[in-house]
Amino acid sequence: MSWFEKILPSGVRSEGQRRPSSVPEGLWTKCIKCDAVLYRPDVERNMDVCPKCDHHMRIGARRRLDTFLDPDGRQELFADLEPVDRLKFRDKKRYRDRLLAAQKSTGEKDALVAMSGTIEGQPVVTVAFEFAFHGGSMGYAVGEKFTRAAQRALDENCPLVCFSASGGARMQEALISLMQMAKTSAVIERMKQAGVPYISVMTDPIYGGVSASLALLGDINVAEPDARAGFAGPNVIEQTIRQKLPKGFQRSEFLLERGAIDMIVHRTEMRSTLARLLAKMMHAESRVIEPEAELIPKEAPPEVEPPAEEVDPPVFADIEDAPPKRDD
Amino acid sequence: MNPNYLDFEQPIAELEVKIEELQLVGSDNDLNINEEIATLREKSTRLTEKIFSNLTPWDIVKVARHPQRPYSLDYIPRIFTEFDELHGDRHFADDKAIVGGIARLDGRPVMVIGQEKGRAVSEKVSRNFGMPKPEGYRKALRLMEMAERFKLPVITLIDTPGAYPGIDSEERGISESIAQNLAVMSRLATPIVCVVIGEGSSGGALGIGVGDHLAMLQYATYFVISPEGCANIIWKTSEKAPEAAEAMGVTSAKLEELGIVDATIKEPLGGAHRDVELMAERIQQHLISQIDTLSAMPVDEMLTRRYERLMSYGN
Repeated sequence: MSWFEKILPSGVRSEGQRRPSSVPEGLWTKCIKCDAVLYRPDVERNMDVCPKCDHHMRIGARRRLDTFLDPDGRQELFADLEPVDRLKFRDKKRYRDRLLAAQKSTGEKDALVAMSGTIEGQPVVTVAFEFAFHGGSMGYAVGEKFTRAAQRALDENCPLVCFSASGGARMQEALISLMQMAKTSAVIERMKQAGVPYISVMTDPIYGGVSASLALLGDINVAEPDARAGFAGPNVIEQTIRQKLPKGFQRSEFLLERGAIDMIVHRTEMRSTLARLLAKMMHAESRVIEPEAELIPKEAPPEVEPPAEEVDPPVFADIEDAPPKRDD
Repeated sequence: MNPNYLDFEQPIAELEVKIEELQLVGSDNDLNINEEIATLREKSTRLTEKIFSNLTPWDIVKVARHPQRPYSLDYIPRIFTEFDELHGDRHFADDKAIVGGIARLDGRPVMVIGQEKGRAVSEKVSRNFGMPKPEGYRKALRLMEMAERFKLPVITLIDTPGAYPGIDSEERGISESIAQNLAVMSRLATPIVCVVIGEGSSGGALGIGVGDHLAMLQYATYFVISPEGCANIIWKTSEKAPEAAEAMGVTSAKLEELGIVDATIKEPLGGAHRDVELMAERIQQHLISQIDTLSAMPVDEMLTRRYERLMSYGN
């Protein structure tokens, strides 16, 4: 972050306002946090975590599940579930048209993808929010798919893992969206009563209705490093209290300190950590876990040839170090 | 402009001023003046009926937020007897934005929980304008779990501009406190009847709003985001709030049509604040009939019904 950005009040500063990457799509990419120019295959191999500054870049729902589940035996669930425009909501555009545009640009029917499969051989039902679809907002289709996935987990006595990334309840479905909070919370409560584990993984960002329902109701709440999560957005709070928010407010580290989450887990360790936790919760046998190494796709070489015109050599080993502290 | 009347009610306010003036000048036996007053009263009633039969969703939001609108503590002594207020979440504080306690509903012991905005300025401040913090939701949860233990039906009165968006709220886990209430209310083994009496704003309202029966007063409002907030996001100005209110369908009529609200309790002519006694009586009658129906039901059946209703939202 530049010195100029540092002196701006945090409400003014936001990821969206950071200057867009000037690097063309292709082999090279730029980290939005540290501005490092990165070799895309390096970034991909590191699960979209910046090898330089450890920034966890936002990833799509399918990529998330793809890096989480075992390659064999995956099955997408409730893929046909479509959003419904019950209110015929219309502002500057029709909600129906906004939905069609989002479906076209993301290739998803709505903002949640559900799959059943295994992690390290243990059966699991997983759902992941697609933030690129309407900011991962929860309307009928998201609430319904989450609920069905949770019901599937209940029926099969198999854990549920949810990766959330959401701006909150979807405004265009008004109170129907609000009621999805009640619906998803109710099914989670049934899991709790039945003793079927639910792990909620919060990824940047989670706000509003999703935060005040399914995201914070995990038997175990996990967050990725530096993820933002809260009920009200920072701008709303700053407008209400008319003062600047403290450093690191609503970041994962804050949530951990305040007791809202159990642990912060690095993306490259997510799979092994959750597998280890679930095995204990399900009374499955302990497995010897090879940290990190197994997460690297088998075909990938352990080290890449630095491309000729590279500015900095790839520092893949950086992830072994302690993640750098945020500077804001 | 008369501050006791909303903008669209000003013609009524003008008539009322005339009536008051006539009452002041008229001596006891002045027949002409009495007749004139009677005519004006009649006119005022017809005008009120006319205006209130044509309210836009945004007008209804204004009635719901009317400065004279009765709050929980106006209704509680009128609907219930023997209200003993209970305080505190047992962990951090007593949040005055939510009041709760044990009372009797026409003889039946019940647990009452309501959001309270506060009337006088100092009271508004102490009650945080009806914006609960985590300790408020946790107090409500404590009282609801107590109600379950002692087989007391739970009645909640919803009226909040939203859960408090502040640093302390976030530090103590406002999201978790609301989420926890949603989860527990979905399975609490005692009847829960919720009534939106004024403003039902988003998660802050829903945090005490999950139950077997959801009723709204005729001019109450319930939304996922305030019309101003919605307008700010879409049009970048809160001046478009009337359009946002229209698009979101924030009224009991619309929400009943969507199958979210079960019943609308009719308000006195001109809104609940024009006749608190009558409004309280109607709420009381509605609560009695709902609580009696639910209490007669086997608990398992009631809970299955509640769960299935939750699952049906949006279908």
